Amino acid sequence: MAVRKVKVAIIGSGNIGTDLMYKLRRSRLLELTWMVGVIPQSDGLRRARELGYKTTHRGIDELLEHLDDFEMAFDATTAAAHYHHAELLRKAGKIAIDLTPAAVGPYVVPVVNLGGHFDQKNVNLVTCGGQATVPMVHAVNRVTPVEYAEIVSTIASRSAGPGTRQNIDEFTETTARGLVEVGGGKEGKALIILNPAEPPIMMRNTVYVRVGKGFDAEAVRRSIDAMVKEVQQYVPGYHLKQPPIVDEEQVTILLEVEGAGDYLPVYAGNLDIMTSAAVRVAEDFARHLRGLADSRAESHAEEQMA
Amino acid sequence: MSAKRIYITDTTLRDGDHAMSHEFTVDQVRRIVQALDGAGVPVIEVSHGDGLGGSSIQYGRSLEPEEDYIRAAAEVIERGQLAFLLLPGVGTRKELKRAAEIGAKVARIATHCTEADISEEHIKLAKDLGLKVHTFLMMSHMSPPEKLAEQAKLMEGYGADCVYVVDSAGALLPHEARARVRAFRQALSERTEIGFHAHNNLCLSVSNSLMAIEEGATRIDGSTCGLGAGAGNTQTEVLVAVLARLGIETGVDLFKIMDAAEQVVFPVMRDHHVPRIDPRSLMIGYAGVYSTFLLHAERAARRFGVDARDILVELGRRQAVGGQEDWIIDVAVELAERRKAGAPTAEAGQTA
Repeated sequence: MAVRKVKVAIIGSGNIGTDLMYKLRRSRLLELTWMVGVIPQSDGLRRARELGYKTTHRGIDELLEHLDDFEMAFDATTAAAHYHHAELLRKAGKIAIDLTPAAVGPYVVPVVNLGGHFDQKNVNLVTCGGQATVPMVHAVNRVTPVEYAEIVSTIASRSAGPGTRQNIDEFTETTARGLVEVGGGKEGKALIILNPAEPPIMMRNTVYVRVGKGFDAEAVRRSIDAMVKEVQQYVPGYHLKQPPIVDEEQVTILLEVEGAGDYLPVYAGNLDIMTSAAVRVAEDFARHLRGLADSRAESHAEEQMA
Repeated sequence: MSAKRIYITDTTLRDGDHAMSHEFTVDQVRRIVQALDGAGVPVIEVSHGDGLGGSSIQYGRSLEPEEDYIRAAAEVIERGQLAFLLLPGVGTRKELKRAAEIGAKVARIATHCTEADISEEHIKLAKDLGLKVHTFLMMSHMSPPEKLAEQAKLMEGYGADCVYVVDSAGALLPHEARARVRAFRQALSERTEIGFHAHNNLCLSVSNSLMAIEEGATRIDGSTCGLGAGAGNTQTEVLVAVLARLGIETGVDLFKIMDAAEQVVFPVMRDHHVPRIDPRSLMIGYAGVYSTFLLHAERAARRFGVDARDILVELGRRQAVGGQEDWIIDVAVELAERRKAGAPTAEAGQTA
């Protein structure tokens, strides 16, 4: 049984879109066709052209003239642009993987809740901080109920683009909602810090989780370790900085995310975790579209495609 | 001295919140605001030490709800203006708007000294709400004067009425404080005021404030009894006395501010933590570390059995910025591991 790759397009040729392009080149389930931008001299568009992809600087309108070229589109523009794109993609019957904070569709974090959303035509990837920390909140919550989850994301100044800088409240508000809606915490709070140190620091995340007394600390530790391994399947540089610190009513988890260094250098783990999660989401959608129910079928199918 | 009139902002109820481990009661806030206002302090700041929305595990939870503190202050303040602090990334525009609704008149918006561009939306909202906006470039010692002035210029462009050189680490030497204010005065429009916020870790807060005034600063922060992070801030009542001797008008009554310090603030702080220049706060000024790390580092040192000074020096080496209290845990755990493994720790005294 030969399985066709699923054709995809990227809208947005900035840091995230360009990093995504390099990751899609390695996918055995997805085939990138178009890179869509709005700035003719964009570095991302130039690189896409050099790699042989179709490109345009006329935005989504040109892409929509080529509906046979894609089944899914990644949106790596801005929230404001995505509200517009979401409607056009919906009318065209395409699946939208939204990397902006627009949150038109439900939040997805691949290792936590993606399975429940294959009927959706638009899914949102929360934030980089959310992708890094929601799995940890979920890992604790599946052992003992999380009363309150608080996270601190620290990223290198150089890895924070103008979109993040101009809308920093969107990061804290969206991440906090993700901790509750996907992570399962009863309450959530998120903080973000930009650190300009040279050489740039790796993305760091601290997760503080409040739980009831008398929980099974060993089970929590095992659950966290298992979840770290699951995330590492698509973000290899994701790891615990220290073993979890367990107190009577609190668990503190210190994480570091080293990027793959595809477009920006390895310090930009924040970029990497977002684009890696996006690829993972799209691949799971692709399996679903092609009727490959789970990853057990995948190895066989991927052999066929290779 | 170039200025004949200096406006003091008292931050006892904001920077002092760090030293109080966020345990002010609403009643204490009410009494302290009344005393400061009665003494004629023109701007009185009330917030969690890390600004609106700062009540958290990371920074410490406030004893009572944030809005209750601000409301209590708004209810009793008569002559002065009520201010709050907000750090984009910690607090949001939602909390800013709420503080303005309750009655705050001055928004103090703070970023790390290289990250001014994350404050644009908050400054613009505060201006739209009719507030005066004073902005902070924290950890100013980490940026050279020209770079710092570029960031000040950004904040001015977003609408700031006043931009502060903020010596969060209490690390600036007098000539360094002077150079930064001078660079601001050259870069900014005449209409934009310049402020100076000090910490007394190297015992330079009053003299650095005078340097700032000589270079054109017109707003100086102080806290009564010096109640603030690290070794505390410029002591408001001392500043008032010194400026009076220099013939500079502050509008603050010296006897009344001394009484506010001794009779109202000191009894409150005495049960918690009296900031002073001890080996740890001195190390903060020496190593150039965020003053707020003091009590967090002391707690982590006790818990993990290491020297707080080693933690502080390591944080300086890693170029930690304000708000990174979680790195203190990370560093303490690593130092404890190193000690267990038998490796010598970096003795604080030898690192220079």
